[in-house]
This record gives sequence, C-alpha cells and structure tokens, in this order.
Amino acid sequence: MDLSTAFPTLVTDLPAAFSMSVVGLVGLAMIVLDAFRNDHPAIPWLGVAALGVSAAWEATHLGAPQSTVFFETLRTGGFVAFINLIILLTGLATILLSVPYLNQLRYDYGEVYALIMFSTVGMIMLGSANNMVSIFLGLETMSVCLYVLTGFIREDEGAVESALKYFLLGAFSTGFFLYGIALMYGATGTMALPAMAAAELGTLSTRLLFWGGFALFLVGFFFKVSAAPFHMWTPDVYQGAPTPLTGYMSTATKAAAFAALILVLVHAVPGGEWQLSVAAVAVLTMVIGNVMALAQTNVKRLLAYSSIAHAGYVLVGLSAGTSAGYAGALFYLLVYAVMNIGAFGVMSMLEWDGKEGREQTLSSLAGIANDRPVLGSTMGIFMLSLIGFPPLGGFAGKYFVFAPAVDAGLTWLVVIGVLMSALSAYYYLRVVYVFWMQSADDVEATDPVRAAAFPRATVAATGTLVVCAVALVVLGVFFGGVLETTLGFFESTAMATAP
Amino acid sequence: MDVAPNWYLALSAVLFTIGTFGVLFRRNAIVVLMSVELMLNAVNLTLVTFSQSMGDPSGQLLVFFSIAVAAAEAAVGLAIVIAIFRSKVTVDITEINLFKH
Repeated sequence: MDLSTAFPTLVTDLPAAFSMSVVGLVGLAMIVLDAFRNDHPAIPWLGVAALGVSAAWEATHLGAPQSTVFFETLRTGGFVAFINLIILLTGLATILLSVPYLNQLRYDYGEVYALIMFSTVGMIMLGSANNMVSIFLGLETMSVCLYVLTGFIREDEGAVESALKYFLLGAFSTGFFLYGIALMYGATGTMALPAMAAAELGTLSTRLLFWGGFALFLVGFFFKVSAAPFHMWTPDVYQGAPTPLTGYMSTATKAAAFAALILVLVHAVPGGEWQLSVAAVAVLTMVIGNVMALAQTNVKRLLAYSSIAHAGYVLVGLSAGTSAGYAGALFYLLVYAVMNIGAFGVMSMLEWDGKEGREQTLSSLAGIANDRPVLGSTMGIFMLSLIGFPPLGGFAGKYFVFAPAVDAGLTWLVVIGVLMSALSAYYYLRVVYVFWMQSADDVEATDPVRAAAFPRATVAATGTLVVCAVALVVLGVFFGGVLETTLGFFESTAMATAP
Repeated sequence: MDVAPNWYLALSAVLFTIGTFGVLFRRNAIVVLMSVELMLNAVNLTLVTFSQSMGDPSGQLLVFFSIAVAAAEAAVGLAIVIAIFRSKVTVDITEINLFKH
C-alpha cells in the first residue's frame, strides 16, 4: 500500500471534518476553562458560539454533492449536512435551555456543557459514517457521554438510578451491536458500507452469517432509537435525567442513530429483504408507545412513551424502503427534533420539585398557562404538532412518512399508524387541557412554593422555545422546499431502489 | 500448531453466551458489568479470527477501538455504581427500583 499520498489526502479532506473539529476542540477548551473556575459564565456561550458557527457551515453545504473522505470512512454532502444541522441546532437549543435550569439546581458546571459538545461530536460521526468502524466509534462516543450526563446530579438517587439503567442496558446492547458488526464483517470481508452490498454471499452459511449479524446489528440500533421491544429503559431514563438533557437525548440521539440506520439500509443492504421485520418493529413500537402513554401522570414519563411512539412513525417511513420514504423520515426527524426539544424545554422551565421533575405530576401544573402565557402557548403548539394537527409541522411530517409506505404496499401499517396517532390526541390534549382549562382550585394540594422554585426564565431560553414554536408553523406551511432538498439526497445517490 | 478458525469462533460464541446469561441472571451490578466486558471481549476474539483468516486488517483495527471503548465504559460504569452505592448502600440491581412501571 502506497502511503506517500496519505498525509496530503488527510490535509485536503480536513474541511469535511470542520464541525466535528470545531465542536470537539471547543469542548476541550471548556474543560480547560472549567479547571480554573467551574461555573465560569462564559463556558455555555463558548458552546453556543461553536455550535452556531458549525451549524452555519453545514447550512452552506446542504447542496453539496455526495462523496467520501478520509479513505472512505466518512461521507460528505447534502445528507450529512442536513443531519449535522439538526444535531448542531438541537445541541444549541439544549445549551440555551440548560443554563437557567442548571443554575436553579446549582449544578451549572462547565463539564456538563463539555460533555454535550463531546456527545455532539459522536453524533456527527455517527450521522456521516461510511464504515462500520465509524458507526461504532460515533455511537459509543455519543452513548458514553450520555450515560454521564444522565447521572451527573449525583446527590439525587433517581438521576443515578436512571444512569445505571441506561448504562447497563446500553452496554449490553453494544455487545450485540458489535457482535453483529463482527459477523457481517466475517461474511463480507469488509467494513465499508458500499463494499458490503457488493460482496458475494455465495454459500448458505455465509448468508446465514450475514443475516444473523445484520439482525444483531439492528437490535443495537433499535435499542438506541428506543424502538419496541427494546424500549424498556426509555421511560425510567427519561424520567430521571435532567430535563433539558432528556430533550437532547430524545432528539439528537434519534436523529443521528436513524441517519446511520438509513445509511446502512441504503448503502450496505439495499435489497430491502429487511422490509417486513422493520415494519413489524414499527407496529409494535407505535402500539406500545401510544397505549402506555395514555395512563401516565408524569409529563416526562408521558413524553418518554410519546418518543417511543414517534420512533415508530419514523420506522414506518424507513420500512417503505424508497427514496420518498427515506426523505420523509429525514423531514420527520427535523420536525420531531424541533417539537420535542421544545416540549422538554417547557417542562424544564416548569419544574419545581428539585428532583428533575420525576415526582411532579401533571395536575400539579394546573392552570399554569395563566401565570406563564408564553410557556403555555408554546407548549400548546408543541402538543398539537406532536398529535399531527394541521397546519403544524407534525402533520406534514406524518404525511410524508405515511404516504411512501402506502405506495410501497404497506397500507395495513399506515392504517395502524393513523389509528395510533388518533389515540395519541387523548394524552397530548390532556396536557393542554390541564395547562389552560384547569386552575389550581381544581386539584387538591398543589405545592404553594412551586412558582418560586421554577427556574428563572431567561430571554435566551424563552426565545429558544418561541423560535421552536414558530419553526413548527413555518415547517407545517412551507414544507415543500425542505422536502425537495431531502428527496434530492437520495436521487443523486441513485442507490435507493424500491424493493 | 494451527487451529482452525472455527474453533476460535465457537469459543467466542460460547464466551458471548456466558456473558449474556451473566447480564440477564446476576443481581450484583459489578458482576453484570464484568459480564458485559466478557461479551465485548468475546466479540474482539471473533473480529481477530475473521481478520486473521481473511488477511484483512480492518477487523483488528476495530478491535483497538473496541478495547478503548470498553475501558471508557468500565470507567463510567464503575463511577455510576459508586454513586449508587453512596446513596443506597447496595449494588443489588433488584433493589434499585425507584420508578414504578
């Protein structure tokens, strides 16, 4: 192998890793700053600046042609830029929402923000992977940071318990995931995704090895996106983790993991043999998520089950296996990120129990919208969008994941999906009802000091929520441009073929 | 003496299964953590075997990363277990049940 061109190639490819390097280096700078003063007020703003600059850089690359860099380990181009944009903007919103929240808990340490940055680096790598090694490395960088973020409020036993559950089950699923990669590698003799599709699976035992490996690989992914039946950790972890970080965990993680899953399905196993298995997981996920959410009294736990249900909707788009299905799934990931980060953001601003909201019931917030009209109305928009109410983004998103599935002949799947989203209206509207229609007199014994215990709503945090709400209306009305962009990613690769 | 790759693959499958059962049936969080490490190392053995028998280095490349990741996971995992032990004075995972189902 000729290595004389290796170094010049690495240097010319460096711009492709711009976001990853900026976010990672600023994360390191935060750690250094943190060593001198661990609640330095500049630390979150450094993160905001780095994520903002990277997001602007990615936005200019949305139309870039698809290619690979760093010896075919990473991809570049529109698809990657789109996913990175979702991840970076979600990280930005998370930091802005975390500042008042962590101040209130007296946990505004620099390492929290540094861990958010490192986890973002992992997600960017995951979303731009073209090689099993990059996927594994990205997934683990992301997950290990998230285990720490879940449990960093270590005086609270609920947070630590969530972290332990997340860690043990996450590491367990990593074992399956890695074994899957090893078996697929053994069957094809390569780690690169496109080369896997091209490999000959001659004998029966090779085919068994490959599909067995692929099944284990999917188990690992389904765990990360909390698809049923691998969702058991989600409610406990979401309920116990610090609220703005739960929002981050439920949106950016899903965007990155689904992006990597799409890359694998499009490039490594383009045949579509997996269609029925993914459809079955989608049904199970939608049904379990929505039915279990009906009985929840804690809003964070409710939103956890709702995020399971939404993973199911994205899987409906994936199981179509067409360009339109993948493009719809990407659009849905964008809309979902906006509305869910907003919903968790509102809950973080309305938290009074000092235990990450894990013991705080929905009815304790009765009539809160009258005291906090901005939070109340943005929460209303997020909830309506999560139902899929026109003309908000959630409606357009659901349409564009369901329509390709009908075209691919999965009508039964879409019927179940539509029924389940009708069911979801009950528990989402209940939140709106309690926030707006009830008053503190309707429920017995609310905590009188709750208003004093709320995090102080800063302009940046409230502004983030308002921007999210406005973005949902805009995405719901002017969805055409975004959808055409996402469709373009799959037409130019010309690899997304109908099964 | 040459040993056929199949024996290594069988050994790693057995180790992986032992690890899986350890995670599922042991109650001590530290033992569960050790079982997870056993699973990861079983996979490393599979990767090295495939890599060696096919003469392709990328499998061994992944093993390097996987060792590093396993070390990072062990560090984070032990830290979490210590934090749990401080508040609950037990590492029995059946007694860590604050959230109702």
